[in-house]
Amino acid sequence: MKRIYLDHAATTPVDPRVKEVMLPFLECVFGNPSALYRDGRVVKEAVKSARESIAKILHCTSEEIIFTGSGTESDALAMLGVMKKNQIRKKDGSLKKGHLVTTTFEHHAVLYNAERLEKEGYEVTYVRVNKEGLANPKDVRDAIRPDTVLVSVMYANNEIGTIQPIHEIGQIIKDIRKKRRESGDPNPIWFHTDACQASAYLNLDVQKLGVDLMTINGSKIYGPKGIGLLFVRRGVKLEALYEGGGQENKLRSGTEHIAGIVGLGEALKLVQEHKEQENRRLTELRDYFIKGLFERVPKIVLNGHPVKRLPNNVNISILDIEGEAMLLYLDKYGIEASTGSACDSATLDPSHVILALGKPYEFAHASMRFTMGHSTTREDLDIALKTLPGIVEILRKISPVHLDLDATQMSTAAAFAGEGFPHWEAKRGSKLKLRSKQ
Amino acid sequence: MAEPTKKLEKKPIPKGIYEVVNEYTGEGWVYSDIVKEHFFHPRNLLLEEPKDGDFDAVGEVGSPACGDTMRMWAKVNQDEDRIQELKWKTFGCGSAIASTSMFSVMLTENGGMKVDDALKIKPQHVMDRLSGLPNRKIHCSVLADKAFRKTMNNYFHASGQHDRVIVENSRVIDPKLNITDKDIEEAVLEGAQTLEEVQKKLKVAVGSPEIVTEVDQLIRFYKEKYYG
Repeated sequence: MKRIYLDHAATTPVDPRVKEVMLPFLECVFGNPSALYRDGRVVKEAVKSARESIAKILHCTSEEIIFTGSGTESDALAMLGVMKKNQIRKKDGSLKKGHLVTTTFEHHAVLYNAERLEKEGYEVTYVRVNKEGLANPKDVRDAIRPDTVLVSVMYANNEIGTIQPIHEIGQIIKDIRKKRRESGDPNPIWFHTDACQASAYLNLDVQKLGVDLMTINGSKIYGPKGIGLLFVRRGVKLEALYEGGGQENKLRSGTEHIAGIVGLGEALKLVQEHKEQENRRLTELRDYFIKGLFERVPKIVLNGHPVKRLPNNVNISILDIEGEAMLLYLDKYGIEASTGSACDSATLDPSHVILALGKPYEFAHASMRFTMGHSTTREDLDIALKTLPGIVEILRKISPVHLDLDATQMSTAAAFAGEGFPHWEAKRGSKLKLRSKQ
Repeated sequence: MAEPTKKLEKKPIPKGIYEVVNEYTGEGWVYSDIVKEHFFHPRNLLLEEPKDGDFDAVGEVGSPACGDTMRMWAKVNQDEDRIQELKWKTFGCGSAIASTSMFSVMLTENGGMKVDDALKIKPQHVMDRLSGLPNRKIHCSVLADKAFRKTMNNYFHASGQHDRVIVENSRVIDPKLNITDKDIEEAVLEGAQTLEEVQKKLKVAVGSPEIVTEVDQLIRFYKEKYYG
């Protein structure tokens, strides 16, 4: 049976061309780039050339690229690093912890580091997104305070693929920075974006985007896992997460992951070179798949914006069914996708992204993400479209839930009498209030 | 001197690919064939909406841990006090489906279990018959016996066997009918807003005027809590 991989937002296979350039560094070229002798110099040169190639794509200088171990590490370095290094100087000269602005539907790498900062005494404002999964730049501007040090908004969402107005937010932050300078305010404000999901599809010119820090990793762009990078604009002060030999501009100690760095450079070059053509192909496939799903499966909703989304992302809630059961059935037929159901997460939390859209948790439980990639063909999607309706029919027969497409509250509140509503409901808003059925 | 680049041999995918892996402990798991069989071919599913009189009782519960819900219907042989039919539906994952399917088989096989024995079936017994479930998925399997207890309480109330009602984690408000605060909470969550509406569902305090005030207070408390 052919396996149909529709989970490219989780990770991508390594492009054979990427593997080719990596292999020498796993097999015979093994030097430490810090070493003076020839074997060291060879490796140093390889790192330098990868850095330059990436800098060209990002439209920045080589020195502004810090290699890390993953997208998650880059996010942590950006957030913890900036917040800890840049204390707010009050008018009386004393220092206090700064304020962070982010959104409710960031990747956990950003969200959980924000929560960690909160525990450490930093204040954080979480900007809500609209029901189509887009942050409004005005809301971001309103959330910024005189003591705001960092704003972190993802470039494209990992679950629903919505593309955020990074350029507009970047402009707002530039204006605020200018005003602060003009008024003699010494406190900086920086803009970070997690571009892991976007980097294969969107423009990464940091000057055009107006970002000061940007996260990219290898595993989403047909590069190796275990490698990431953080763009850090000159002038942005960061505290390293830990100390050591002082590599990567003293921000990320540890002997460089040479094969990873070389692979990341090659992978980013390849996806960016071919993105226009591939985006056209994927957008067509995406819209074909969405149309096909709506024709074949009743009672589904598309999560996120119909157009302002990544060309490879389809995320739907198939009402009344539970996503993990759906995954198990799809797996039986060789189709690999993912779900936002609580049952499929280690923490038993339903997708915070779908909840952030203001939908009842049943929509998250019923959400399915299909993300396409290089290997995806129309035939693959035809097989998925043929397989899916039957599974949906079975699981709907199993289900006692009958949710309306425009439902705004959970449908089976009475089932939770005595033991309380699911744990995440308490987190949503101050208090859950039902509307009476009469 | 460095070795020249060797051509890589194609290696098979390592053994021990698990279907469920605990992210924190690394514990791996492959669903047993019995689990798979019950997941892909669940027994005793209720496929059509039931008509009045098809069943003696119904109960629905939810899991506060993951939000899965389970609804169960039972038909009881009153003379022998045995489970005659046990049907179910779930908005739940693979483990919930497989374990409830097995639970329903255990209660109805060999002519059906005595009600009192059926109430003693615990998730562990179901697990044994399924050859186990991964730790992380056990919470999904407790829905079956929880739903069954609620269904039986519904049956005990409906058949006037109030003394058999199982009171757990709740407080008895109407001692004659064994109606608890949980029952009143549920009635309010189902949409009852007044004493009359709650009494229509529960008959609470109908023969006991002395508890009317308390019931009324509870209704108001739950209304405020959930509808604000």
